[in-house]
Amino acid sequence: MERTGAGAGTLGLKKPWRFRAPSVLPGFSLTFGYTLLYLSLIVLLPLSVLVWRASSLGFGGLYDVATEPRVAAGLRTTFSISFAAAAIDVVFGLVVAWVLTRYEFPGRRFLDAVVDLPFALPTAVAGISLASLYAPNGLFGAPLALLGVKVAFTRLGILVALIFVGLPFIVRTVQPIIGELEVELEEASATLGATRAQTVWRVLLPPLAPALLTGFAMAFARAVGEYGSVIFIAGNIAYVSEIAPLLIVVKLEQYDYAGATGIATIMLAISFGALLAINLIQAWSRRRFGDV
Amino acid sequence: MFETWAPRAGGRKSVRTEAPATRLALILVAVIFLALFLLAPLGVVFTQALQKGFGAFAKALADDDAVAAIKLTLLVAAIAVPVNLLFGLAASWSIAKFSFPGKSLLITLIDLPFSVSPVVSGLVYVLVFGAQGVFGDWLAAHDIEIIFAVPGIVLATIFVTFPFIARELIPLMQEQGTVEEEAALTLGASGFHTFVAVTLPNIKWGLLYGLLLCNARAMGEFGAVSVVSGHIRGLTNTIPLQVEILYNEYNSVAAFALAALLASLALVTLGLKTFLEWRHGDALKGRAGGRQ
Repeated sequence: MERTGAGAGTLGLKKPWRFRAPSVLPGFSLTFGYTLLYLSLIVLLPLSVLVWRASSLGFGGLYDVATEPRVAAGLRTTFSISFAAAAIDVVFGLVVAWVLTRYEFPGRRFLDAVVDLPFALPTAVAGISLASLYAPNGLFGAPLALLGVKVAFTRLGILVALIFVGLPFIVRTVQPIIGELEVELEEASATLGATRAQTVWRVLLPPLAPALLTGFAMAFARAVGEYGSVIFIAGNIAYVSEIAPLLIVVKLEQYDYAGATGIATIMLAISFGALLAINLIQAWSRRRFGDV
Repeated sequence: MFETWAPRAGGRKSVRTEAPATRLALILVAVIFLALFLLAPLGVVFTQALQKGFGAFAKALADDDAVAAIKLTLLVAAIAVPVNLLFGLAASWSIAKFSFPGKSLLITLIDLPFSVSPVVSGLVYVLVFGAQGVFGDWLAAHDIEIIFAVPGIVLATIFVTFPFIARELIPLMQEQGTVEEEAALTLGASGFHTFVAVTLPNIKWGLLYGLLLCNARAMGEFGAVSVVSGHIRGLTNTIPLQVEILYNEYNSVAAFALAALLASLALVTLGLKTFLEWRHGDALKGRAGGRQ
């Protein structure tokens, strides 16, 4: 693959036994070797130790860890609330992306920069700030308490924190696609007598679907692994508002390495599943809509 | 960048936008959502930090443990960022300037740390270097401390910030191709001179962009560092970990004072990032859509 890619000297002879296509540029062995070495030492070896530890547990061992009542409750909490948060982010992220791309209004550039805040703000900072905002005596917590809604130290708190971390994934994935929507389609639709709502629903939204799904999968994967911004607002009540990453920490504190490894493996499997889904969605959307 | 699709002067409606009322409603939804979920948590950090006045704020930052945490955070970033910079340069040079099989697999592997939960990132190092880890006995016999000590914090930080610079540079260098380097080499420049005089100026803004994001994450990382740190005050607490301890001790002013420091870093990062995108957007082009 990619044999004819980088420029010089590839014209006539292709030597099938060469690892890389010939090039006049120097430094390939050095930089490639360093890349592989560093990648292996920092990322691949430590991760394979995890996989190796998990394989010594076996499927039976993993099943035992996953069905331990407290762990099962934690996994359920993590996956269900991550799903809900990512779904809410899809709706509001779409509105935010649409408004930021299509409309001109004062403060638009500022809001556009603000969208990246969850990427930039350290998770612990977001965590304590959300916790104090939604605490029963907090700025949002107090009025909500009057309405009888408790957010901090409940599952609702986890939802709020995960909505916070997931939003930029949706907005940043959908924004470029909204910018590229073809004017002609929209005009044709209107010319053919469609109402604006029909045009939006049947002409503009379908091409956005793959990007929305990709963003959803990214926000979901991030939410599943999120720790810092959740633990302060969650209250961490066993069986109610404990998330899976917290349970890894709890297991480690009890020196239960097998338990921690088991939970970590299950979470890794799910995030790689999400990653795979993203790639499949993108491959499908390339076939369906061209290169977007 | 984006045109306004306002109704035309003659009173004829443009077919390319929603009714003014719908438009206003959507803008309001977006603005209120962003204000409630993103701006409010940011604002609370600073109001809480200054709730007892500027004196208490300054005193909290001058505390011995706080100063130790700030120093440790700076030290960790000063190691992790350059190490990942070197990797980013090597990886992007070998991947973008040469063609060889298995390239997309390599890029996927480099992105791997982004899809691993921070807690799991810490856990894998505990499994390798911890007391019960692969090298546990050997390290204990040689009196080397990695986990619950500074080296573990550095390693975990390198892991979570691993892809930032490489993933900024790879698409950028791919976009630029190899023509300019080939010209320099043909004219007799050495390989190193070519890199410094031709490649580096071409990628400087992308490099700066990657450095900014890498540094912000290195200084703000919580989950991974929390697992390997051991939380020893004055010794193995970075700023985010110190924030957690202070918050759990109900020392709100001190916790938010340090949090405000991190939030300011996030704001500076966002500001510079927005500036780079606005001023040097073309030089950053070639960057893939989503950011994380």
